[in-house]
Amino acid sequence: MNWQSFDEFLHMGGYGLYVWGSYAVTLALMLVEPLMAHRRRRQAFEAARADAGLEGAS
Amino acid sequence: MSIRLTTFSAPSRFYTAAGAAVPWLWAITVLFGIAGLYVGFAIAPTDFQQGDAYRIIFIHVPAAWMSMLIYLVMAFWAAMGWMLNARMSAMYARALAPTGAMFTFLALWTGALWGKPTWGTWWVWDARLTSEFILLLMYLGYIALTEAIDDPRRAANAGALLALVGAVNVPIIYFSVRWWNTLHQGSSISLTAAPKMAATMLTALLLMTVCFWAYSFAVAFTRARAIVLEQESDTEWVRALTRHEDR
Repeated sequence: MNWQSFDEFLHMGGYGLYVWGSYAVTLALMLVEPLMAHRRRRQAFEAARADAGLEGAS
Repeated sequence: MSIRLTTFSAPSRFYTAAGAAVPWLWAITVLFGIAGLYVGFAIAPTDFQQGDAYRIIFIHVPAAWMSMLIYLVMAFWAAMGWMLNARMSAMYARALAPTGAMFTFLALWTGALWGKPTWGTWWVWDARLTSEFILLLMYLGYIALTEAIDDPRRAANAGALLALVGAVNVPIIYFSVRWWNTLHQGSSISLTAAPKMAATMLTALLLMTVCFWAYSFAVAFTRARAIVLEQESDTEWVRALTRHEDR
């Protein structure tokens, strides 16, 4: 193990801001993008179902 | 054999096959991500020159690789859609663009945060950084163009032209560190020479690359399924699907 304590881990040998700034933005975007894609698919599905339902009723 | 070429060319078969693959792709993404971060932070030693700042490499390099690879795959499908007039190919191209743009942004962002402590500057207009920035503009231009045109076929054809012209930029990015005297370092890994880094560092880098790779497939498949539903909503198979499935 490279670090003796959690503080040392966060400190990253003085580069904490750069390392965690990189990882935090990467993680955030890699969470938001899939959520947006899932939402888009679900909305497309609901829209298609609404279309099919309207035609079935007429 | 259940998977044939038509699995990927018929929208209905793609929709089902991709839907089955996505959970597995997420499992690979998470497992390799955890393994990569563990090796990268707990096992790989501190670099004797760069200290712990070098640990940005584990996301910077995979993001940069994916940014270039996804562009080439996107341009390939755009070209296929254009030449063969294949709707599914054009949908793959459009599904990949936002993921490629995101990885390009991440390559630039993590590069800036790595450049500041090691070079003393967030940004410099050298060949590698400038060509990667142009890649971001290419992705954004492609997305804006295809979204601006309502007719899917015309949007696909206009996008294909832009994607193909922009593909020239990808080898320029890749070879920029060899062709020009750049501030950006040369490649740490090549197929012909031994890697210039410790084995544990390389292991973490490769694990994260698999993670990003699986992520790209998972997101692009999900988005492609959304696009299929949007563009095929008037077809019989989508109507049948909405009757028989919950969501």
